[in-house]
Amino acid sequence: MTKKELSVRAIKNGTVIDHIPATHLFKVISILGLDKSKNQITFGTNLKSKQQGHKAIIKVAKKFFADDEINKIALVAPSAKLNIIEDYQVVDKKTVTIPEQIVGIAKCFNPKCITNNEEMVTKFSLVEPEPLALKCQYCEKITNEEHLEVL
Amino acid sequence: MKDKSLVSITDFSKEEILRIVELAAEFEANPNQKLLDGKVVSSLFFEPSTRTRLSFETAINRLGGGIIGFTDSSSSSTSKGESLNDTIKMVSNYSDLIVMRHPLEGSARYASEVSDVPVINAGDGANQHPTQTLLDMYSIYKTQGTLDNLNIFLVGDLKYGRTVHSLMMAMSQFNPTFNFISPDSLKMPDEYKLFLDKQGIKYYEHHEFTDIIEEADILYMTRVQRERFSDPIEYEKVKNVYVLRNAMLDNTKDNLRILHPLPRVNEIHTDVDANPKAYYFEQAENGVYARMAIMASILGVK
Ligand SMILES: [Zn+2]
Repeated sequence: MTKKELSVRAIKNGTVIDHIPATHLFKVISILGLDKSKNQITFGTNLKSKQQGHKAIIKVAKKFFADDEINKIALVAPSAKLNIIEDYQVVDKKTVTIPEQIVGIAKCFNPKCITNNEEMVTKFSLVEPEPLALKCQYCEKITNEEHLEVL
Repeated sequence: MKDKSLVSITDFSKEEILRIVELAAEFEANPNQKLLDGKVVSSLFFEPSTRTRLSFETAINRLGGGIIGFTDSSSSSTSKGESLNDTIKMVSNYSDLIVMRHPLEGSARYASEVSDVPVINAGDGANQHPTQTLLDMYSIYKTQGTLDNLNIFLVGDLKYGRTVHSLMMAMSQFNPTFNFISPDSLKMPDEYKLFLDKQGIKYYEHHEFTDIIEEADILYMTRVQRERFSDPIEYEKVKNVYVLRNAMLDNTKDNLRILHPLPRVNEIHTDVDANPKAYYFEQAENGVYARMAIMASILGVK
């Protein structure tokens, strides 16, 4: 038995999202709408990780994410790794990539932007994934990694 | 173009820009056409801008349309804390078209998303002012007879000046040569130069405002504003360097015209005003015809 399985119980069928930064666990849960899900969900946080200090892990039973659904977490958990589980076996592994359109996740750095002054959903297009540059579809200004704030 | 909002100059294709320019010429030849009879246009100025508002309202009146709206946000429901969403939803029930000026950047894009009727951006903070660009292009077309293959000099604040950025982007579709004249602290940002490189458009950067302007077809002057400088000494150094005087125009081309979005401070000496190459006052008047063309196109009456 691996350490991981000791921390968070294994699932029979579903998806394991591993290598989430511990600080962003609840953001990932909210972005994926897992707080409203009826599926059986187990998670662990502040687990030790060789790569990133403290990580979190989420196991969602009987749930298989579409790529555009799971890619929404790429801004907050770019190093996330997915294991697709069928009958306790890992049948597929996936990573996440930042989508071309980012809706409702990031905050525009421009204080004079309408998105920071009105109750509304933010929208960005991806200009550059590395180093990260997002263009606000409203004020047309670029928010970069240094100024990125996740809502 | 019918029912299409105009938020950013890039919303209009090259063909659409040409169509506006040609239509503006038609309206100038025959300005009183009651094409908007029975239509209502909302003129929503969340911040005052008398120059732009009067130009739009003249255009609406010449087209025979009705106007509702407000001239600054203190007389609107926004001052009672109403959201932009709610104001736009209400107003779009009353009118066929919304003309909007707002201090926040991106407000016009957002309004165009929540509105049931098209929105024309009359300036959203430091972001976009596309009708200014279209009137500039009409002025260029009218004075040069074409938009193609022109040598365009942009002078002054090329860093923060949104009018020069929009004009540059739009003119890039017509194979221009650009010359940028500015102090180093206000030079054309790299992202725009990168854009020109990608389009294969020639441009030259200069610090000195000298006889290089002899090659110009269009000399587009802008304000160098004190508040753009963190160092007041730097401002004092450059404020009198980028000033156009009549004597500098002696050897310039006959077809040269001088444009400026107005109001000016001191960047064009008043001794230029009497020179036939000075075009900034006519340019402002062209705004009425350009805005008539834009509104008539969007409302599908022309
Ligand atoms: Zn923004």
